[in-house]
Amino acid sequence: MTATAERPTTTIFRRPDTTSGFWSWITTVDHKKIGIMYGYAAFIFFIIGGMEALMIRIQLAGPNGTFLTAPEYNALFSTHGITMIFLFVMPVSAAFMNYLLPLMIGARDVAFPRMNAVSWWIFFFGALFTYSVIFFGKVVAPLGVEGVAGNVDAADRSLLGGLPDGGWFLYQPNAGPNFTPGHAIDFAMLGLQLLGIASLISAVNFIVTVFNMRAKGMRLLRMPVFVWMTLVVAFLLLFSLPIIAVALFMGTFDRSFGTLFFEAAGGGDPVLWQHLFWLFGHPEVYILILPAMGIVSEVLPVFSRKPLFGYAAIVFAGGGIAFLGFGVWAHHMFSSAITPVAQAAFGLSTMTIAIPTGIKIFNWIGTMWGGRLRFKTPMLFSIGFVAMFVIGGLSGVTHSVVPSDWQQTDTYYIVAHFHYVLFGGAIFGLFSGLYYWFPKLTGRMMNEGLGKTHFWIQLIGFNLTFAPMHWLGLQGMVRRTWRYAPETHFGPWNLAVTIGAFTIALGILIFMFNWTYSKRRGAPSGLDPWDARTIEWTIPNPTPEYNYAEVPTVTGLDHFWHLKYTQDDEGRALRRDDADEIIADLDYRGSHPSSPVHLPSPSYFPILMAMGLPLIAYGIIFHRGLPGKALIVLGALITIGSLLGWGMEPLDPDPPAGDGGDQMELAGAHG
Amino acid sequence: MVQDPTRRRFPRSRPISRLLGTAALGLTLSSCSLIEIDSPLTTFKPAGPFAERIDQLFWPVFWIAVVIFVIVQGAILFSVIAFRDRPGRKEPKQTHGNAKLEVTWTVIPALILAGIAIPTVRGVFDLTGCDSGAMTVDVVAHQWWFEFDYPDNGDIQTANVMVIPAGQEVCAVMTSEDVIHSFWVPALNGKRDVVPGHQTLLRLQADQPGEYWAHCAEFCGLSHSLMRGRVQALSQSDFDAWVAGQQEGAPVPAEGTAAWDGLQVYLSKGCTQCHTVDFAANDQGVEDNIVAEPGFNGPNLTHFASRDVFAGAYLPYEGLSYRDALTQWLHNPPGVKPGSFMPNLGLTQKEINDLIAWMETLS
Repeated sequence: MTATAERPTTTIFRRPDTTSGFWSWITTVDHKKIGIMYGYAAFIFFIIGGMEALMIRIQLAGPNGTFLTAPEYNALFSTHGITMIFLFVMPVSAAFMNYLLPLMIGARDVAFPRMNAVSWWIFFFGALFTYSVIFFGKVVAPLGVEGVAGNVDAADRSLLGGLPDGGWFLYQPNAGPNFTPGHAIDFAMLGLQLLGIASLISAVNFIVTVFNMRAKGMRLLRMPVFVWMTLVVAFLLLFSLPIIAVALFMGTFDRSFGTLFFEAAGGGDPVLWQHLFWLFGHPEVYILILPAMGIVSEVLPVFSRKPLFGYAAIVFAGGGIAFLGFGVWAHHMFSSAITPVAQAAFGLSTMTIAIPTGIKIFNWIGTMWGGRLRFKTPMLFSIGFVAMFVIGGLSGVTHSVVPSDWQQTDTYYIVAHFHYVLFGGAIFGLFSGLYYWFPKLTGRMMNEGLGKTHFWIQLIGFNLTFAPMHWLGLQGMVRRTWRYAPETHFGPWNLAVTIGAFTIALGILIFMFNWTYSKRRGAPSGLDPWDARTIEWTIPNPTPEYNYAEVPTVTGLDHFWHLKYTQDDEGRALRRDDADEIIADLDYRGSHPSSPVHLPSPSYFPILMAMGLPLIAYGIIFHRGLPGKALIVLGALITIGSLLGWGMEPLDPDPPAGDGGDQMELAGAHG
Repeated sequence: MVQDPTRRRFPRSRPISRLLGTAALGLTLSSCSLIEIDSPLTTFKPAGPFAERIDQLFWPVFWIAVVIFVIVQGAILFSVIAFRDRPGRKEPKQTHGNAKLEVTWTVIPALILAGIAIPTVRGVFDLTGCDSGAMTVDVVAHQWWFEFDYPDNGDIQTANVMVIPAGQEVCAVMTSEDVIHSFWVPALNGKRDVVPGHQTLLRLQADQPGEYWAHCAEFCGLSHSLMRGRVQALSQSDFDAWVAGQQEGAPVPAEGTAAWDGLQVYLSKGCTQCHTVDFAANDQGVEDNIVAEPGFNGPNLTHFASRDVFAGAYLPYEGLSYRDALTQWLHNPPGVKPGSFMPNLGLTQKEINDLIAWMETLS
C-alpha cells in the first residue's frame, strides 16, 4: 500500500508495522508470537536447569563425591530451583496461556497487547539479568557474627561457585549480608523482583481478557477448563506476588542499605522472612500446577471422546484449591519456631486441600471411564500426569501429619514429593499440551513413534529418579547436602537416581529432535487432527495472524464438538453427516476473511521499557559507586520515557490515504 | 511311551532372555538387600518414646495412602485396558457427571482426613514442650557444629557429641549464634529448627544406651552438608562418671614431651582466640584459656579426646582413620570444611604431630 496523501504528524514516533521477519518479533504485540517466544525461552532454561540437575546427580552418585566443590553444589541446587520454577515452569505455562487464552474464548488478542509484550520482555531481560550474575558473583565465606570471617580454600573458588547459593528460598539470615556477602544473592533477589513484575502485569492482563473479551455466547461456565485455570492462576499471582515483592525489597534493603528486618541482633526476625516467603511460596506451587491441570482437563475428554466428567466440580475445585492455598503456608515451617497451635492449625488446613484435589483426580478418571480411549502421545502424558500426581498428592497428605513431618521435612522425602507433583504432574501435563497443540502452532503433527518413545523413557526415568528419594529421605538423607557419609549406605540408591536422571535427559533429547524435525517435516495436520471439542480447533492450522476470520457465536460448552456430533438414543456420540463439510467450510472461511481484520499494531516501547528495569537493578547492586547511581537514573529514565512514548504513540502506523480500501476499524483490542 | 532321554526337559532359552532374567533376578535380590539396610540416620528404628510416637502416626497414614494408591491406580489401569479403542467399539455415552459420585468422593476423603486429623493434633501437643523433670542440655548451633552445654551438671561445655543418660527425658533448649540450623536426631524425635534470636525446645529420650546419629537439617551455608552430630546415651552410672570426668581440667603434659610441644603450638598459633581449654591446677604456669566472646567461639577442647568425632562430627568417616582425618583437618581446615572459621595456619607436619600428641591427652 502506498500512502500518497499527506501523513498527519501527530507524534514524534512512527509506529512500526512489520509483521514478518526479525523486527516483527522485537516489536510484536501478537499474543501468539509472544507465547512462542515465552515457550522457546522457557525450554532453553529447562535445558539449563536440567544440566544443573545432572551435575548435582553426578556429585551425589556416590558418598563423599568430588565432582563438584561445596560452593558449586550449593550454587547449583539453588539455581536449579530458581531456574526450574521461575524460568521454566512459569514461563512455559505463560506460553500456553498467552497462545491459547484468546483462541479459547474466541478473541483476536488479549485485552492489553502492549502490556502482554512488556511482560514477556521484562521476563526475558530479567532472566538474562539473573544469570548475568555469573560475571559478578564470587565464592565468598561468611563474615560471621562479630566480623570474624570464615575462610575459603583456593581450590574452592570457581566460576560456578559464584552463582547465588542461598537456595531458591533465600532463608535469612544465611542469604543476608553477614553470611553471604557479595553480589550473588542480590542478583537472585532483584532478578526475582523483575520476574515478579512481569508475571503481575500478565495476571492483570489475563483477568481483564477473560472477563471482557469473550466471544458472544462464551459464558463463564462454557469456557474451557484451561481458561478457568488461567483465570485462577492470574488471581493467585495477583495476590501472592506483592508479598514476595515486599519480602524481596526487605531482603535487598538488609543486604544493600543496612536495614535489620531479618537480623535478630538488631531486633529483626529471621522467621518473618519464612512467613513472607511461604505466603507467596505456597500459592506459587498452585500457580505451577494449575495450568497443567487445565491442559489435562482439555486432553482427557478429547482422547476419551466424551465430555469432561464433572466440569463444574473441576472448575470450582480449582478455585477452592487456590483459595485454600492461601491458608496453608506454614506447613513449610512445621519444624520452625512457630507455636504448637500454629502447627496444629496449619496441619488441619493443609489436610483440607486434599479434598478438592481428590475431586479433580476422581473426575479425570471419570472422564476416561466408559470412554473410547485413543492412546496418542498427548493422552499418554495426561494419563501419566494423573498417575504420577496422585503419588505426589499422597505423600503430601503424609506431610500434613505434623509430627510425622518433623521427621520428613528437609529430607529427600520432601524432594520426592514435590518432584512427583511438579515433574510427574506439571511437566508431564505441559508435554501433553505441547504434543496436543503443536498442530495449532505449525500446521503439522509431531511424530507418534518418537512421542511414545519419549513418553515411556521419561516415565521410567522419572520414576527411577524420584521414587528412591522417598526411601532415602526416610532413611535420613537431608536436603541440600553436598555429600553424605559412606556409613549411611545411601550410595546404591543415589546411583540409581543418577541413572534415572540421565534417562530423563535421553527422553528430552528425543523430544527436542521430534519437535525440530516435525516443525519442517511433520505430516500436515489439517484443521481438526484430534477430533477436538473446543473452539480453538475451529480455525485453520497454523493459526492465522488474526485468529478468527469471523468471531464465533458460542452455543454451549464444547461448542465445536456439538457442531460435529449429536447424540443417539442411548446418549452416545453420533457424528453428523455433514461434519466433514462443516470442517472444510471452517477451514476455508477461516483462511479467507471476508473483510480485512484490523489487529493491534506492533510497538517499540514494550522492549524499550523492559530494558530500563534491569539497568535499575544493576544500579542498585552497584549503588556504592558513581556508575551504579548513574545506571539507576538511566534505567529510570528509559522506563519512564518508554511509558510516555507508549502513551503517546499513535494507535496505528500511517493512517491510510484516499480510499482506505485496505483497512477497516473493528471493535476490539487497541493498545 | 518311553521318552527319548536326549530330549531336553525344558526348551532351550535364548541367550538374551537368560541374560535379562538373570539381571532381573540379580536386581531384585540386591534391591531386597538394599531395603534391609538401615542407615544410622534412619527414621524407621525409633529408639525412644517420642520417635516411637511419631512412628505410630506415620504407619497407619502410610497404609491408608497405599490403599488409596491401589484404588486410584487400579481405576486408571482398569480404564486404560477396559475402555481402550478397539475395532467395532461404539462411541461412548456423553456422560457429563454424577452428583452422587461427586458427593461421595468429597465426603469419604473428608472423613478419612478427619480421622487422621485427630491423632495429628494430639501428637503435636503431646510432643511439644519439655517435661518439668527433664534434664536440660543447652544446644547452641554454629556454622558448622553443635555446641552442647549442661547447666544442670556444673559448667560443662562440649561439642558434636551430646551425652545423655538413657531412659530419661532430656530437654534440648536451643538457639543459634548465627544462621538458622536444625537439630535432628531421627532415632529419638523429629527435628526442630535452631533459630538466632529464638529459643526452641526439643524433647529427647533414648530408651537404651547407644549412639544415635544427628544431622543439621536446615541449609546453613557452605558446610551445611558436613554439620552432623551424635547423641550418646549412657547408663545412669556411666553418665555420672562422664559428668565427673567432664568437671576435671585438662592435664598439663610434662615438659620435653611431644605433647608439651603440641601445647606450645596451641598456645602460640592463635588457637586460644576461639577455643577454650580448662586446665587442671598445675605448677607449669599454664593458665586456663577460656574464651568468653560467643562470636569467637570454637568448640571447647578440654575433653576433645573423649569424643570419637570432631569437625562438626564430619570426621572421621568410613575409610579415613581418626589420625589421618585429624591430620588433614589441622593441616587445612577450610580445605576440609569449606567456609570454615578455623583458618589454615600453615602448620608444619611436626607441629601437627605434636598437636595431635597433646590433643590425645585431652580425654
